[in-house]
Amino acid sequence: MADTETPAADEADAPAARHEPEVLHGVPVTWSRTQRVAHPARTGLVELVATLHGEGYEQLVDLTAVDYLVHHGRTDLPADVVGERFEVVVNLLSHAGRARLRLRVQVPADDPVVPTLTGLHPAADAYEREVWDLFGIRFEGHPDPSRILLPEDWSGHPLRKDHAVGRVPVQFKGVAPSR
Amino acid sequence: MGVRDLPEHGLEGLDHNVLTGRIEDLVRWSRARSCWPATFGLACCAIEMMATGAAHYDMARFGMEVFRASPRQADLMIVAGRVSQKMAPVLRQIYDQMMEPKWVISMGVCASSGGMFNNYAIVQGVDQVVPVDVYAPGCPPGPETLLHAILTLHHEIETGELLRRRAESGGGAGIEIDQRDGQQAPLIIGRR
Amino acid sequence: MSRTLPIVDHLARRDAVLRMTEAESIAPDVPGPDDDRTMIMNMGPQHPSTHGVLRLMLELDGEEVVRSKPVIGYLHTGMEKTGEQLSYLQGGTNVTRMDYAAPLFNELAYSLAVEELLGIEVPERATWIRMLLTELNRISSHLLFLATNGMDIGAVSMMIYGWREREEVLRFFEKVTGLRMNHNFIRPGGVAADLTDGWRDDVQALLDMLPPRLEEYEILMTGQPIWRERLQGVGVISPEEAIALGASGPILRSTGIAWDLRRETPYLHYDQVEFDVIVGTYGDCFDRYAIRLNEIRESMRIVAQVMERMPAGDYRAQDKKVTPPPRARIDESMEALIHHFKIFTEGFKVPEGEVYVAVESPRGELGCYIVSDGSATPYRIHVRAPSFANLQTLPYLMQGGFLADGVAVISSVDPIMGEVDR
Repeated sequence: MADTETPAADEADAPAARHEPEVLHGVPVTWSRTQRVAHPARTGLVELVATLHGEGYEQLVDLTAVDYLVHHGRTDLPADVVGERFEVVVNLLSHAGRARLRLRVQVPADDPVVPTLTGLHPAADAYEREVWDLFGIRFEGHPDPSRILLPEDWSGHPLRKDHAVGRVPVQFKGVAPSR
Repeated sequence: MGVRDLPEHGLEGLDHNVLTGRIEDLVRWSRARSCWPATFGLACCAIEMMATGAAHYDMARFGMEVFRASPRQADLMIVAGRVSQKMAPVLRQIYDQMMEPKWVISMGVCASSGGMFNNYAIVQGVDQVVPVDVYAPGCPPGPETLLHAILTLHHEIETGELLRRRAESGGGAGIEIDQRDGQQAPLIIGRR
Repeated sequence: MSRTLPIVDHLARRDAVLRMTEAESIAPDVPGPDDDRTMIMNMGPQHPSTHGVLRLMLELDGEEVVRSKPVIGYLHTGMEKTGEQLSYLQGGTNVTRMDYAAPLFNELAYSLAVEELLGIEVPERATWIRMLLTELNRISSHLLFLATNGMDIGAVSMMIYGWREREEVLRFFEKVTGLRMNHNFIRPGGVAADLTDGWRDDVQALLDMLPPRLEEYEILMTGQPIWRERLQGVGVISPEEAIALGASGPILRSTGIAWDLRRETPYLHYDQVEFDVIVGTYGDCFDRYAIRLNEIRESMRIVAQVMERMPAGDYRAQDKKVTPPPRARIDESMEALIHHFKIFTEGFKVPEGEVYVAVESPRGELGCYIVSDGSATPYRIHVRAPSFANLQTLPYLMQGGFLADGVAVISSVDPIMGEVDR
């Protein structure tokens, strides 16, 4: 299995110069500026995170999502990964290796479901609720899939690109301070 | 001799150790001088509100350092910070639980008008939820501006102007002040 | 198929999180978890000790906390949505209001992320100025912690003392950045303006004033028996639990793990200054208090070294497309006028890509994830707030303690709701 070794903090040799496609536990890897990004499929996500946990990526630092609805087309995906409307982005940290790894999981719009990572990283609990709240992506197996930031009876997922900002038109009047 | 002669004459013309005055004046005077704020610090403005209560700016000299946690014991609600959609019902509930007479200072631009956050999440001005008596601008308003707002409120309470404006508008008094921070020269704040 | 780990089983067995929705908690006919013995109590969101608008649903057995659930969202501002509407130069004003006790850190994480996407180099002087300001901000944030922590435990005079020192630091900030809080001073490309004349004297005055005051706090709190009784052994967390729950900053360090981003993955020039990473032993509230107190001393050490080594030079990158020209040049040069106009109306365009950059804020790892589509506004901006993850440790810290200990625990976690809710 061709996978890269534990990376050091600042790599002097330019990783972007490597031309052969990189693979990590069967998952394609790209480089974004100086940062390593893996692109697992939804089905292989939990397995990959479990394997990585064993390799030292013990802390889940961040879990968020991006809605690529009005994006003109991503150019940073590997050749065999099809870009979907949503992407769930997971950030893992290895204390021992002083390394970070980012995972980008493609999530289709018609079936926005991703397996939960709370079985491996309890830290994902609140993050997955936030992604459900703001994007409408469901996490299968989450112990408490309710809204976290917006009121429980709110309808709509504000960070989706087809949800308006909700600006109230403001009419500026020349106001002289009364005191 | 009346209470109103005190500032000018002191206790000189005092006859038989009796001071006369109107009940209304006495009530307004005491309301202005012991205005206890309810803790309603929400965001960044709350930090500046705490700074105003601390030693350097010292709200205690105006009778206000006791922030009452219980709305029943508070007269003044300083809405310090941005009010989100989830918080708005809580804001109204605390306001309703306060006893009359009660005053509201809207501290900061987020409380006054939604501030820089004109979006789905923030109520565009707490005057949509509670009647506001004084609007203090700033992001955040420094302690000098907050003191200016408080002293303006006190003065308007004492002169009765606040209740008059409220009767006129049917809601809050809606006094707008200007920001008084960051000045080199000594400041004059309040209405005296 | 769900694979699990021993630490996850351990946390599940502790059963410290109250799994009950708000609707269920007020419904009269839904039975509580242990109807006869326990009661569900609500704490907040308007509460003097919840550090902002944090609401806690507590399941109490008498005075003891059995389970709890932090309910957040009362300060949700839609900042990530607003961030998509603002240009990269305006973005700093948005992110700075997330962690409003340490605003310069938000700006730093954001600026570093934008600079990584732009691929520009920040001049030396700008980097050292950033270090100076962020370490001073760490001092003012920890002073705020000491003040509020003292007040929550009952040492109310600490509230006044902490703010006394904080005012001095804020005075310096007002002199240099123009504002006491929410400065919008660290911007992509460098900083907004150079340090004022005589800044060395001002900073030296701060460094001279603080140590005897910190000694005062040690006398008032650290050695005091009541303080120790209230904090030692309260809110204990183990290293494995802290890592699994995503905790960072003083909470993680209090368990004995010496993880500080300034030391482990250095940014700015933290690899060129000497400082110690303060670590605790027992993972309790006292350790977290002592860590923050001593981090003030370490920050002062760093500030002293920065003062010595501050180089001359530019305070922002001289890339015309990114940083606005100096105001004086606008009168002289047409080009400068056009650049100024374009930068402030359109904004500068940032090449496509996505990056995540993290800094060590007073609360832990503060990260900024930006996705750029090549236009002048970010396609997606997400801030990884340390308090959002740290709050997940709260049920485990509070379990088994009394309600009053719960107040001490919340205070030692030191959440800032602005960054939790964004």
